[in-house]
Amino acid sequence: MNFIRFITGSIKIILQGSKAYYAWLIFLLLLILWGGFGYFGQLSEGLIKTHMRDSVSWAFYIGNFTFLVGVAAAAVLLVIPAYIYDWKPIKEIVIFGELLAVCAVIMCISFIVVDIGNPLRFWHMLPLIGTMNFPSSMLSWDFFVLNIYLIINLIVVTYLLYCIFFKKEYNKSLVLPLVLISIPMAVAIHTVTAFLYNALPARPFWNSALLAPRFLASAFCSGPAILLILFQLLRKTTKFEIKDEAIWKIAELMVYAMFIYLFFTIAELFKEFYSGTEHLLYWKYLLFGIGDNNEIVVYSWLSIIMGCIAFILFLIPKTRMNFVTLNIGAVLIYASVYVEKGIALIIPGFTPDVLGQIYVYTPSMTEIRTAAMIFSLGFLLFTFLVKVAIAIVFEDYNIDVLNQKKNALN
Amino acid sequence: MVTMKKENSRRSFFKNISLASLSALALNGCDSKALTEFLQRNFRTLSKKEKNDIVKNLEVKYKETYGKEFHVSAEPAMEGVLFGYALDLSRCIGCRKCVYACVSENNQSREPQIHWIQVLEMEKEKGIDLAHSNVHYNPEKVPEKGKSYFPVACQQCRNPQCTTVCPVKATWQEPDGIVVVDYNWCIGCRYCMAACPYGARHFNWGQPNVPAEEITTEMHYLGNRPRVKGVVEKCTFCIQRVRVGKYPSCVEICPVGARKFGNLLDSESEIRYILENKRVFVLKQELNTQPKFYYFFGI
Repeated sequence: MNFIRFITGSIKIILQGSKAYYAWLIFLLLLILWGGFGYFGQLSEGLIKTHMRDSVSWAFYIGNFTFLVGVAAAAVLLVIPAYIYDWKPIKEIVIFGELLAVCAVIMCISFIVVDIGNPLRFWHMLPLIGTMNFPSSMLSWDFFVLNIYLIINLIVVTYLLYCIFFKKEYNKSLVLPLVLISIPMAVAIHTVTAFLYNALPARPFWNSALLAPRFLASAFCSGPAILLILFQLLRKTTKFEIKDEAIWKIAELMVYAMFIYLFFTIAELFKEFYSGTEHLLYWKYLLFGIGDNNEIVVYSWLSIIMGCIAFILFLIPKTRMNFVTLNIGAVLIYASVYVEKGIALIIPGFTPDVLGQIYVYTPSMTEIRTAAMIFSLGFLLFTFLVKVAIAIVFEDYNIDVLNQKKNALN
Repeated sequence: MVTMKKENSRRSFFKNISLASLSALALNGCDSKALTEFLQRNFRTLSKKEKNDIVKNLEVKYKETYGKEFHVSAEPAMEGVLFGYALDLSRCIGCRKCVYACVSENNQSREPQIHWIQVLEMEKEKGIDLAHSNVHYNPEKVPEKGKSYFPVACQQCRNPQCTTVCPVKATWQEPDGIVVVDYNWCIGCRYCMAACPYGARHFNWGQPNVPAEEITTEMHYLGNRPRVKGVVEKCTFCIQRVRVGKYPSCVEICPVGARKFGNLLDSESEIRYILENKRVFVLKQELNTQPKFYYFFGI
């Protein structure tokens, strides 16, 4: 009963807002509609509406999935520095980090659903009812860890908000272990996702032990970038308090992550280019193109350039501590990692294909629209959740307010 | 065996539950045949009777669709048989007759086009070099001077990566060594395609289309029966033929006799003769997939 009141209270929050809020919702809904019609075409005619083919059998959807796993992982990993450096609002950081993680995981699962040929047969993967290939298949592992991660985060964040809403002290012996489990789980989801590709000796581009470490490093660049901007917005518009020092510390940690990512990538490139084996082909395709086939070169260099600018902006203390350049850097690194995971990670794994043939892939309109649909749905969900969280955490929206209104009506 | 039974009863329990909950849907005018098909379990976990019922239903369904009599078999592997294949590269002229015989026998989609066999054109002086090969060669006449031809299909690995990665066990290696797909169980995630080092797996990106007048009516559940959109398919050594003692259609059609097929466990077979008297190699040996598809230079 109490929980129902919590939910109805939350729904009331979602429905009220300023004009800008409604404009944002309408914008998202329009995008969802536009994307949804694109996806509908794919549902009726099949994945032939995408530009994926036998040579490049995974592409933009799986790239987006991989990127969002990184976002989901990094959002929670931010709890570690928050704890170590004793940033004041640790509970709030946990709440907003986990809300982001929940939305990102839901988007991840959506990208898998739109990528598979028979989404209705999804139940074949469930244990007991279906025949899940556990532990052999890395995909079954991924399915497993993603769902556990989603459930843990959902429980923690709902429970915390519920307690604040009912003005109850939360049970530390329940929350703390769950938060402590969610941290290694965050590492696990991204590692397992990297292993998904890493496990394939048929694809030399991914068959490098550095893949999982590079994944984690890049996730530590993109995930905090979103929270960095979100924290500033929250600070301006609500009672959320976070010191400048804490924001700069996040930026500093991101520099370390970028440096590690850069180092790992250079190590990989050195090995490939100096030894110059057949496996060099994939890197060549990514960075320079092979023959006339250079359609993805622009994406890879765009990602590299954006990443390098962000690295410099974050590295120099003066630009790191200036909020304009800091935010530019955050947007750039986010975009850089998005292009890197969305295009530059997946496509060269398949080009040239295992028989040496080149099929040039770039995303089709259907793929872009479907991705827009999922991203807008994710943003919509995130907007709703953040709005509820802000009201409950900072605006003293609680059970008393609801009761007062009820009494006033009576 | 006991545990098998136990699992079956548990599965049927779940099946009944789902049946009950979905029967409401069926009452709403949903096609009950489609529902039964939707709830069908992994082929490998079914009893012999269940398999036979399924193939009987399929025969009726295909007759309705194509207006022809069909025979769909669920013939299991023979004891003491392990199929192997050998291809004489020095004889192959790159005519692609095998490609189209395979398309016709195995009811591969014509539009969008699916080919289980890919023939690579290579430059003789580069040796076997996939990176510089070309699958879309189209000269007036083959063979061309200075070119060699290298056909690739499923290598029927002893250590297949594709079956390991499948998240739902929709693909597996049969006791006679053939790697098969249950088209009714495949969810279409295409992880197997990423894992296959030979490009042997093909996806139905759109609705597959085979003209009724060209369809091969002698079928196997795990082989050449019509596929649906969104599932993966691959070479099965013509499972519908080889399990009743015939050669795969690519072996039969080859005008230069480059293709050899037989039972690796039979010491008198032609395939064993080749293994013992010719020097053979397998493609991408370093990946430890251990193919049962051998290449050799016979002349």
